[in-house]
Amino acid sequence: MTTLTADSTTPRPDAPRRRRKRWTLEQTIFTTLNTSFLVLLAVVMLYPLLNTLAISFNDGSDAVRGGIGIWPRVFSLKNYDVVLHMGSIYQAFFMSVLKTVVVVATNLFFTSMLAYALSRSEFVFRKPITIIFVLTMYFDAGLIPNYLLIKDLGMLNTFQAYWVPVIISAFNLILLRTYIKSIPEEIIESARIDGAGEFRTWWQIVMPLCKPTLAVVGLFVAVGSWNSWLDTLLYNSGEQWLTTLQYELQKLLSSSMNAGLDSAQTGGAAAAAAGGGQVTTPVALRSAIVMVAAVPILFVYPFLQKHFVSGIMIGSVKG
Amino acid sequence: MTATTVRPPVIEPGPEPDPSSHIPKRESRRKTEQPPRRKITWNLIKAQRALLVMAVPLVLYQILFKYVPAYGWAMAFQNFRPGRGSIWNQEWVGFYNFVNLFTGLNGERFARVVVNTLGQSILTLIVGTLGAIILALLLNEIKNLPFKRVLQNITYMPHFLSWVVVASLAAVALSLPSSGGFINQLLLDLHIVDEPVLFLTQPNYFWGIVAGTNLWKELGWNTILYLAAITAISPALYEAAEVDGAGRYRKMWSITLPGIMPTIVVLLIINSGWILSTNFELPYFLGNGVVAERAETIDVFVLRYGYQLGNYSLAVVAGIFKTVVAIILVGSANMAAKRLNQETLV
Repeated sequence: MTTLTADSTTPRPDAPRRRRKRWTLEQTIFTTLNTSFLVLLAVVMLYPLLNTLAISFNDGSDAVRGGIGIWPRVFSLKNYDVVLHMGSIYQAFFMSVLKTVVVVATNLFFTSMLAYALSRSEFVFRKPITIIFVLTMYFDAGLIPNYLLIKDLGMLNTFQAYWVPVIISAFNLILLRTYIKSIPEEIIESARIDGAGEFRTWWQIVMPLCKPTLAVVGLFVAVGSWNSWLDTLLYNSGEQWLTTLQYELQKLLSSSMNAGLDSAQTGGAAAAAAGGGQVTTPVALRSAIVMVAAVPILFVYPFLQKHFVSGIMIGSVKG
Repeated sequence: MTATTVRPPVIEPGPEPDPSSHIPKRESRRKTEQPPRRKITWNLIKAQRALLVMAVPLVLYQILFKYVPAYGWAMAFQNFRPGRGSIWNQEWVGFYNFVNLFTGLNGERFARVVVNTLGQSILTLIVGTLGAIILALLLNEIKNLPFKRVLQNITYMPHFLSWVVVASLAAVALSLPSSGGFINQLLLDLHIVDEPVLFLTQPNYFWGIVAGTNLWKELGWNTILYLAAITAISPALYEAAEVDGAGRYRKMWSITLPGIMPTIVVLLIINSGWILSTNFELPYFLGNGVVAERAETIDVFVLRYGYQLGNYSLAVVAGIFKTVVAIILVGSANMAAKRLNQETLV
């Protein structure tokens, strides 16, 4: 800051000043390159989604010509019209929302309750119970044994198969327990002195203090539930009303991957006429469903993103 | 209001002579309150019945849903036919299924499946780790905070998309230009190739496609822990290096990189424990019959060959193999991390 007056009088600061000048040039070059690279990376991250968005709003037969960037060439709502008139997609959307809400509510309730119990250092069975849960992060009986259990419990093709098997996740349990432990003991002691029992302390004292962490855990659980499709495939594919958005999308993806390779080679010209003047193609339809499946997540994301980094950090420190 | 004020241990400027001793004192007080071993008596259990009511049903639940399914492992020793009814009415065949899976024609297929799982996982792990380290270093050099935050949020975003969506995006991106394949379009426009490449029908590209798609999805997310490790490096080190005339690259190479090395090592070790458990959706959706020899992984094998074709017993054997190897790997990874005197990440 004060070099302005110093370097005019004494020769000594000359050397550092020259060095600083060279450093500035190097810095400029580096910053320019670095910034351009990172902007390019951001484009790479965003482009596939924007491209799919553009195709989903583009006329299907025109999209076959290729070369659509991030803006539709022949604007059309036909794809969404077709998608939203498939009865299964409405049902699937509703079921995905319902499933996500129920899973988040039950998971947060039970996980936080157990996390509270395990955070009490006086709890006698704290250690063995923690071990039982931590081990399940590593131990997995396997896909078919799990399927068999659900079948034997009579939960195949029921809504329960979505939420009952996932009311606790060990990772979130440890995350919440670590956070609850960081709450000053004095607060919980003062609740005790005021006559609050364990349930009341958990629900009325600890839960409100955990809101930021609960938001993070809730986000992780919600994303996981919204994005899952294997549970539908394994447990609930027998009942049409239990279908979910991701499951419908993967059905479409699987069939187009299996059948579409030949049509891809002939230019994807197999445009499926869907009534009306405009036509839609499998690629255009799939783009629309991808957007329907991705948009809710992208919509919630900005509201919760400020929390999740702190959530990751709590989870990474073993208590 | 109170939620934000209680989170960090508040140091009150009170009558205490040394406020900084507040935190350790509380810790030690808590420790002395709780002797390491306490006899479990009926009185104690009675006193803690509320905590037990909270915990015990959930423990039973967890045992039922996570440990009890292991009874299905009995199928590994049976010739399981769903038509015969429950698992108790099956024909017992001893180790026949193990021999069947690990030798002969099935053995060749299963060996290929294991190689594919390892190849895809290891490539994904190496590419993902290198990419995340480089991105964390570059992001760290951005001094404009709002710009940095925007970049971070954009790169974190794909992590929240489902694998089904990501596989759909990848399938489009890698297809022919007529199906929206913008990668081919770009390669054609830049005259790198003369003919569009059918990426998803070339077995040799498959591992790379899996690693690349994983990189796209998880790159930003994986930088979080590295960025946190970088902020923990003392600024004094950088100042000292500057005085000694170190430039930007020198500081990156000699201070930042060694500073996050423990994090890199721990994450690498921990992640290598999961090497057989990753990679399900991409090979499942993108792996068509043409590239199956490079695409099929253990999980895909279990779902396709076991569940969907009804070969339950063989699939259970494959699942047992995966779980046992995973437990050995995770166990040794944790031990290695402890040996290196690092905190183990859960």
